[in-house]
Amino acid sequence: MNITVDEMEKMTGAMSSAELASERHSRTTVGDFTAADPRMTCRNVDVWYGSKQAINGVSLDIGKNEVVSMIGPSGCGKSTFLRCLNRMNDTIDGCRVTGSIQLDGQEIYDKSLDPVPLRAQVGMVFQKPNPFPKSIYENVAYGPRIHGLTNSKAELDELVESSLEKAGLWKEVKDRLDQPGTGLSGGQQQRLCIARTIAVSPEVILMDEPCSALDPIATAIIEELIDELRANYSIAIVTHSMQQAARVSQRTAYFHLGDLIEVGETNQIFTNPQHRLTEDYITGRFG
Amino acid sequence: MYAWTLIVVLLMVMALAYHLGRKRAIASAGGVTQINTLHSLPSYYGLYAAIWAGLPALLLMGLWFGFQDQIVTSLVTANLPAEMLDGQSSGRVGLILNDIKNLATGNIVSATVTPEVQAAADQYARLARIANWAMWLAVLAVAVGGMAYAWLRTEPQMRARNRVESIFKFIMITFSSIAILTTLGIVLSVVFESFRFFQMISPLEFFLGTNWSPQIALRADQVGASGAFGAIPLFTGTLMVSLIAMLVAVPIGLMSAIYLAEYAPRNVRSIAKPVIEVLAGIPTVVYGFFAALTVAPLIRDLGALAGLNVASESALAAGLVMGIMIIPFVSSLSDDVINAVPQSMRDGSYALGATQSETIRRVIIPAALPGIVGGILLAVSRAIGETMIVVMAAGLSANLTANPLDSVTTVTVQIVTLLTGDQEFDSAKTLAAFALGLTLFLVTLVLNVIALSIVRKYREQYE
Repeated sequence: MNITVDEMEKMTGAMSSAELASERHSRTTVGDFTAADPRMTCRNVDVWYGSKQAINGVSLDIGKNEVVSMIGPSGCGKSTFLRCLNRMNDTIDGCRVTGSIQLDGQEIYDKSLDPVPLRAQVGMVFQKPNPFPKSIYENVAYGPRIHGLTNSKAELDELVESSLEKAGLWKEVKDRLDQPGTGLSGGQQQRLCIARTIAVSPEVILMDEPCSALDPIATAIIEELIDELRANYSIAIVTHSMQQAARVSQRTAYFHLGDLIEVGETNQIFTNPQHRLTEDYITGRFG
Repeated sequence: MYAWTLIVVLLMVMALAYHLGRKRAIASAGGVTQINTLHSLPSYYGLYAAIWAGLPALLLMGLWFGFQDQIVTSLVTANLPAEMLDGQSSGRVGLILNDIKNLATGNIVSATVTPEVQAAADQYARLARIANWAMWLAVLAVAVGGMAYAWLRTEPQMRARNRVESIFKFIMITFSSIAILTTLGIVLSVVFESFRFFQMISPLEFFLGTNWSPQIALRADQVGASGAFGAIPLFTGTLMVSLIAMLVAVPIGLMSAIYLAEYAPRNVRSIAKPVIEVLAGIPTVVYGFFAALTVAPLIRDLGALAGLNVASESALAAGLVMGIMIIPFVSSLSDDVINAVPQSMRDGSYALGATQSETIRRVIIPAALPGIVGGILLAVSRAIGETMIVVMAAGLSANLTANPLDSVTTVTVQIVTLLTGDQEFDSAKTLAAFALGLTLFLVTLVLNVIALSIVRKYREQYE
């Protein structure tokens, strides 16, 4: 890709004078980045790793009961952006986030806000299944125990069962809850991680390429699960598979080199992309 | 005609063999332009020839050095007048032979030189000279023979590269067996000496007796030298000192490892970790006098303030200082296993809204626990075997006590005292050191085996 900033600007249309005046060279995103009933709202989010800028002024909403997928070539910043939403980037040395990210109207980067309970509200499922080296039961009970969500052993048992049930794993593991979670198959492990996340009843679930380490059958099961989970949670999913984005999400955001290039209804993005970069990517010309 | 001259000559022969072998390979291929018809590169034919010239000759030389003296000595002994050796103990005979050798090589002789000894020495010198010349001839003959053999075998189809490969493998095997055989030799020598000890003192008394007083009376009426070999006080003393050491080292080492691995910013870590590891580099003798001259008096004075009677050489002082010495073992091994816990475990825990200390307590420590336990066991075996600190700070009196303020002694201290100075090596007193050494060796061996198997099991978890 040999596109200069000038060319990019021509493609994305004229920038407003306010943006030209600003120090950031943030670009206008094509399409409507707001959601009708937003749970999380992000405005002009910049992320820096040391002196290197990874995200340029991204604005995006995540609505209630919807799945937003983020696609784009490797290194485009989609995972970085996702990790901002539950402040997981705090654990990385030299990472700095500016701009506004709100969860239900509450600024999550506010100095007075403690990131620890935030992460219970905004759960996360990782690329590689990462069950703790504990039993299946303990994996799911981990979060509720830490947050004191249950008052008795019976309540905890119930919560573990319902979480595993929601993650579609209960039938497969109900007879071996005391066995190590690491002994499950890759797909089962990932569903265990989803159950673990559900157990602390989050509002938003972030998924960072949740199926990239799984075979097609396990992937299909997880995709079906994501669609079911939409009824109760808001979901943001980063994926490298455009088919997956098309199958599971209602809205799709296309990232490129730290910029949010285009966002819109999934159908529209995949059938009628407005931006040339988006079109190039989804038609497989690069990426 | 020194041995090293022969080695230099041999090296020269090998260089020649390399050169000739290489040239012959090229010639047999039909010149430099035809090298690609050879099975291997020419230098491999050279190496092959050099190895054939050098290796058998060196082996022969080694054997010669091993047996020449024995053969010459037995020849000389056979020629000695029978009355000189009759009725003499093997020790006396050894002394006479030593004199003969010393006389032959021009060293100082312990006894007066009789004509018989002079004659034997002359014979010894003559035989040694002959043997030396014979060795030169034999070794060089073998070297040239080896070279000739390689020369004859050199032809384009010979798989010189593969042969050199298998010879190198053989050399590696030889060297690693040296290390293994040495270990075996040490163990066997300790085992045999211990066996001699247990013929004199019953193992029951040794392992179950509570009275340790290894001095054996030289005269029948000597006081206070009964020769009691009950090693229980030594074992309990060792145990107590090691326990105190671990009580110091495990919490401090583990906590500092957790801090360094989980909390410390990179710049703090880059300074603090080497500083802690400096503790491992301090010679134990320095720890020893730190314990004996600084810590022990301090504890005694503090004890006096509290109205306690503290021995000036207390188990507590030795244990505390030994604990400090062991901190870096525990901390750096724990640091390694904590760092080996994948970042994804931490991420998983943080993403569920756990704090850093909850993550450490509930995820990282349980995941790293087998490795930490392995590290601690390795540190324990280090503590049990540690000698210098306890020699200087723990004392010599074998008290069977549970009071850390008392003076105790340890297995290692007793081994040192039993073997220091001029000793006869056939009394129960000195042989007891081997029995103690064997016990120590077995205990640390078992601890190490357990530790390593735990560590290995832990490794499998993430693979």
